[in-house]
Amino acid sequence: MQYAKHLFTLLATVAAVGLSGCGEEKKPEAATPAAESTPTIDIKIGHVAPLTGSIAHLGKDNENGARLAIDQANAADIMIDGKRAHFELLAEDDQADPKVGTTVAQKFVDAKVAGVDGHLNSGVTIPASAIYHQAGIPMITGSATNPQLTEQGFDNVFRVVARDDQQGPAVANYLASNEKPKVVAVIDDSTAYGEGLANEVAKTLKAAGVKVLAREKGTDKQTDWKAVLTKIKGEKPGAVFYGGMDATGGPLVRQARELGIKAVFSFGDGACTDKMHELAGEAAEGMLCSQAGIPPQAASKAFLEAYKAKFKVDPILYAPFTYDAANLMIEAMKQANSAEPAKYLPFLHKISYKGATGTIEFDAKGDRKDAEITIFVMKNGKVQPAAVVKAGKTVPFDQFLQSMGGA
Amino acid sequence: MDIFIQQLINGLTLGAVYAVVALGYTMVYGIIQLINFAHGEVVMIGAMVAFTVINALAGSGLPPLVVVLIGAGCAIPVCVLVGYTMERLAYRPLRRAPRLAPLITAIGVSIILQHLAMLVWSRNVLAFPQIIDIKLYTIAGAVITNVQVVIILTCIVIMAALAALVYRTRLGTAMRATAQNPQVAGLMGIDIDRVIAATFAIGAGLAAVAGVMVGTYYGIAQYTMGSILGLKAFTAAVLGGIGNVPGAMLGGVLMGVVEALGAGYIGSYTDLCKISGISDWLTQRCANDGHFVLFGSNYQDVFAFVVLILVLVFRPSGLLGERVGDRA
Repeated sequence: MQYAKHLFTLLATVAAVGLSGCGEEKKPEAATPAAESTPTIDIKIGHVAPLTGSIAHLGKDNENGARLAIDQANAADIMIDGKRAHFELLAEDDQADPKVGTTVAQKFVDAKVAGVDGHLNSGVTIPASAIYHQAGIPMITGSATNPQLTEQGFDNVFRVVARDDQQGPAVANYLASNEKPKVVAVIDDSTAYGEGLANEVAKTLKAAGVKVLAREKGTDKQTDWKAVLTKIKGEKPGAVFYGGMDATGGPLVRQARELGIKAVFSFGDGACTDKMHELAGEAAEGMLCSQAGIPPQAASKAFLEAYKAKFKVDPILYAPFTYDAANLMIEAMKQANSAEPAKYLPFLHKISYKGATGTIEFDAKGDRKDAEITIFVMKNGKVQPAAVVKAGKTVPFDQFLQSMGGA
Repeated sequence: MDIFIQQLINGLTLGAVYAVVALGYTMVYGIIQLINFAHGEVVMIGAMVAFTVINALAGSGLPPLVVVLIGAGCAIPVCVLVGYTMERLAYRPLRRAPRLAPLITAIGVSIILQHLAMLVWSRNVLAFPQIIDIKLYTIAGAVITNVQVVIILTCIVIMAALAALVYRTRLGTAMRATAQNPQVAGLMGIDIDRVIAATFAIGAGLAAVAGVMVGTYYGIAQYTMGSILGLKAFTAAVLGGIGNVPGAMLGGVLMGVVEALGAGYIGSYTDLCKISGISDWLTQRCANDGHFVLFGSNYQDVFAFVVLILVLVFRPSGLLGERVGDRA
């Protein structure tokens, strides 16, 4: 009994010390701006991405982008509603898991964040977006490309990266204008992704006056494409598009070359990987493929330099987009002169902002207007950016780099 | 015409592989009336072992053919060992059990082998190193590669060797005797356990060769590759008459050709736009699109199974199967 009493006292002391420790830690942050005469306003912005697991490096990259934006905003002495704004980044880990993602979303809502920059994965972003919608908190994702996200009718959901279904038209346009095939064969793997992509490509090609052969289909487990390819060979297409993943796309190109088909092969992002070279060897050389967004090296020079200076590494993938997402929220707050979600949300809808990834405006669904799609070409075993398609216009990649370098 | 020949070549290559795998099914069934569902997994393990060996030797500067032969040389003993172990541990204790028990055990063994392979070789699609310089030969407008020629020739040699083994050697005689009546064969001094183990080992060796061929032909291997291949080969064995060695060969080749021709032509013959005059709706639909394919090439598997059903309706014991009541 005596012992238990002591233990209780000990625990209480530890807790008290711990609590006071926390309090002390927080004080200086709030104290610095308070030392000056103008009153301050604390604005919390949430960032969430997987920080553990197999894509933790991408999550950290996203977080760095958001952190850079927040730090720059704090250094810029932004005034909102007559008060000096102090932004705080709440960085969380969703483990790329939809269940954890919704928990984190609820945590953000409870913490009364002003906006959320995230999530990384489409599969996590979609369920989490419903929670932000209920709470009326704006969220901007820099990397979730699944079209369904903005098809839910939520007015608080935005994305600064292109949608998967914008890839089809982009790659088809590039194909039609650069390779100028008279006849194109379109193949898909009978999955929702592959078929959807192939439909978009076929539609755009037909609109461009290219003859499209009857659709050929395989499955997402197919290894033998020879029968399908032989049939296609008889029609002598100038190009072939395949809607599917690299595991089936690799054997497809390889077998096509074995049959002596010389057409240009093109793919969506599912097969836009260096794995294609591993699977198909030399047969993959010269293939085209597309990815939503722009490669990080194409982001504005100012961003790239600031990122490198702060984190001593180069951005990996989507950091320019999460950087823009955070900046968009800050910009909308400035315009609304308020950090209250309900007040600055309307300004997000009509914003026009020049960010690290170019000018950003949103359409009615919250998707970015004229979002970029990058076309890659397989060269020396690596997929390398060849052109950027924006608003139906194709710009060679080096020209695009120059245009961004000037920004 | 050249398209037709090309499809025939595609089908023959595929069919040759099916035939070699089907032999494993049919031999085991013939001797102990067990459908060894784990046989497809043995093919997969053959491909995986060959992948590991070929990958390790790819940079060694040895000629590609030697590397592939070493790969096969390693895959065969491993698969024979797997086949023997499988028989010894999973099937022999159940030899006197009702037929359903070993059948379910076979499915269990298949799942175990698949997951063991997943643990060893990961879930990823493994890419075989591209060491073979693929050469194209043209025959009457159709293209055949050196790999295809080797596959078809290897399969012919294997089938001839197996036929010689079954019909010309003492082991083959013992196998056929055991297949006819195990008890009597045992009374005649045949060591049934050894004969059955040998059958499993030979079947597994054939599976290893098939695995190496599939791996080098398509250039990929994955731990799930055995199940669909095994199912097709099993179908081929049933098509030819399960338990019958020449039947498995015929069934395999037929299955491959039917699949290739099916995938190649089913789309064109079910394009409703060819008969677009019959209804206004169809005419309109076709004016927009130009094609309205009812069954695309993804129905190639369905096509193969339709042929199987038709054969079984008219010849329930398969093409070359004997009309025996208690078989098949």
